[in-house]
Amino acid sequence: MTAEREPFTTLTATYVVLPIDDVDTDQIIPARFLKTTDKHGLGASLFADWKERPDFPLARSDAAGARILVAGANFGCGSSREHAPWALVGWGFRAIVALSFADIFQQNALKNGLLPVTVDATLHRRLIEARHVDVVARIAIDLPAQTVGLTGGPRAMFDIDRFAKECLVHGVDELGYLLARLPDIERHEAAH
Amino acid sequence: MTPSTLFEKVWRDHVVREDAGAPAVLYVDLHLVHEVTSPQAFSGLRARGLRVRRADRTFATMDHSTPTLPRHLAVVDPQAQTQLRTLERNCADFGVPLYGLDSEEQGIVHVIGPELGLTQPGRTIVCGDSHTSTHGAFGALAFGIGTSEVEHVLATQSLLQRRPKTMQVRVDGTLPWGVGAKDIALAIIAKLGVGGATGHVLEYRGSTIDALDMEERMTLCNMSIEAGARAGMIAPDGTTFRWLEGRRFAPKGDAWRAALARWRELRTDEGASYDATVTLDATRLEPMITYGTNPGMGIAVTGHVPSPGSAPTTAEGAAIAKALDYMQLAAGAPIAGQRVDVVFIGSCTNSRLGDLRAAAGMLRGRQVASGVRVLVVPGSKAVKRQAEAEGLDAVFREAGAEWREAGCSMCIAMNGDQLRPGEYAVSTSNRNFEGRQGRGGRTLLASPLTAAAAAVAGRVVDPRTMMGGAS
Repeated sequence: MTAEREPFTTLTATYVVLPIDDVDTDQIIPARFLKTTDKHGLGASLFADWKERPDFPLARSDAAGARILVAGANFGCGSSREHAPWALVGWGFRAIVALSFADIFQQNALKNGLLPVTVDATLHRRLIEARHVDVVARIAIDLPAQTVGLTGGPRAMFDIDRFAKECLVHGVDELGYLLARLPDIERHEAAH
Repeated sequence: MTPSTLFEKVWRDHVVREDAGAPAVLYVDLHLVHEVTSPQAFSGLRARGLRVRRADRTFATMDHSTPTLPRHLAVVDPQAQTQLRTLERNCADFGVPLYGLDSEEQGIVHVIGPELGLTQPGRTIVCGDSHTSTHGAFGALAFGIGTSEVEHVLATQSLLQRRPKTMQVRVDGTLPWGVGAKDIALAIIAKLGVGGATGHVLEYRGSTIDALDMEERMTLCNMSIEAGARAGMIAPDGTTFRWLEGRRFAPKGDAWRAALARWRELRTDEGASYDATVTLDATRLEPMITYGTNPGMGIAVTGHVPSPGSAPTTAEGAAIAKALDYMQLAAGAPIAGQRVDVVFIGSCTNSRLGDLRAAAGMLRGRQVASGVRVLVVPGSKAVKRQAEAEGLDAVFREAGAEWREAGCSMCIAMNGDQLRPGEYAVSTSNRNFEGRQGRGGRTLLASPLTAAAAAVAGRVVDPRTMMGGAS
């Protein structure tokens, strides 16, 4: 398999905290922005209905340059729109750290080089508190080693599907893998 | 052989290959396509020089951004127009059959799939839309996918999938008068929470489920995603087979008899086990309505808006406080009596003939309350024709409701049908997220019966107090 996008190995970056549970994809990108036929250019519409509030974390000047979003539980629930990860990537995010993710969002994120990292409540709380104290606190993610933590602090292991990890680390997408299995697919069709 | 669940039987039958360390290659029998989540997938095919591998297993329609006012009126904006034209061109270029705006079969993708007989027991069905779970009502394994996966299916008729867990949702007992499938769905989601079924495929079972007709089963399976489950399934039975027989793409003659023999095997075996089980006593259910900003925030229509302090965890309390702030509802207040500005009857959840009949039954001989705007949007042109043949359109019009063309309409508010900021709507759709039906709009989800009752009363009301004909 050849690389089709920038491989994801390690990432150390400042982050933004949105400590709300059940953030749905209608908030990540409202439906009125889904009339596009392109996957690019959606970063400007990220959290379109929330970002105008002055206290919204992404609207603050210290959010600039952040590459990691720390969210609550069940992030990305609701609609299957892949526009959600397209908008997050378009804004500049490369990883989402959360207590849990909705299924379809997680799959869509992985296919766009956006790493979903599930952490436990203890580390989650520590990340939120650290950002509160220091707006330039940084999170370090090592995907090959499957570790995550504050720079200079202890690292925790995180789980990720082995296959999805290989795809991210080598920058390949799943379609190449599927296309290589067309003979099996043809055999299945002939037998059914 | 080890006893298997319904899900396991359908899954096993579609695994093309499963290598150690990799997800299964899962074969897709039917791929439904619409205008919003497909353009980037077709662009991907062009960029790689690929074709649609099985155009005969692919069907497209237009529903999300289509107008529901008479068709000679313009599509809401040039961008939506471009998206519709793009689907037409993609279908023409790649040989995909399209049930477009000029087709007599056009409608919401999850309404026309079953109507045409494309949705069949034991099939794997996908679509770039989370409410694909609807088709599980027929004993199909049906789930929503993202646009990258739409491209994968177009190119290979397959998907890479990790095997999900299974959850049995057992519902027993006779439904009380005035309580229907939507109320069951909202009660289950309130019990599980919006993330409670993440990673699972639901199987709905029990005497209550057996007694539901196909439209009610579709309503129930449709809402599975709102508990976080990608799919919900119901074993096919005589009700399923009677509904399917004779439909355009249903098998005919000997093929029908062979299909029936296969489909009758699609039941969970005695002794098969699930990863989780949840039970619901149907006899205790009441009409349900939501008060908050996700579908798990549901209560009986006779109930009170919960207070943040009564939540079992601080996170849930914070979520309730945030929801009440957006909804501008008072903690502890009865939900009945809440003012209503708009009533929306439609969507892939509740836009079928039975839904329209229930709403019309409430509106017949009555008037929509002054100042309330009521939209009735049939799920497909076929539903619209049948409703008009029964005179339901006249009932709606005479009551003061708008009778529209088929489409998703105000469920997703992409086509110009939308709430104004601050308006309260009782809607038969599936999502009450902030701004879902229009920026600043406030949605209360309910059944067609409860929605129609709210239209007459101009406020949230227990529909059971208004049943038994016009007063």
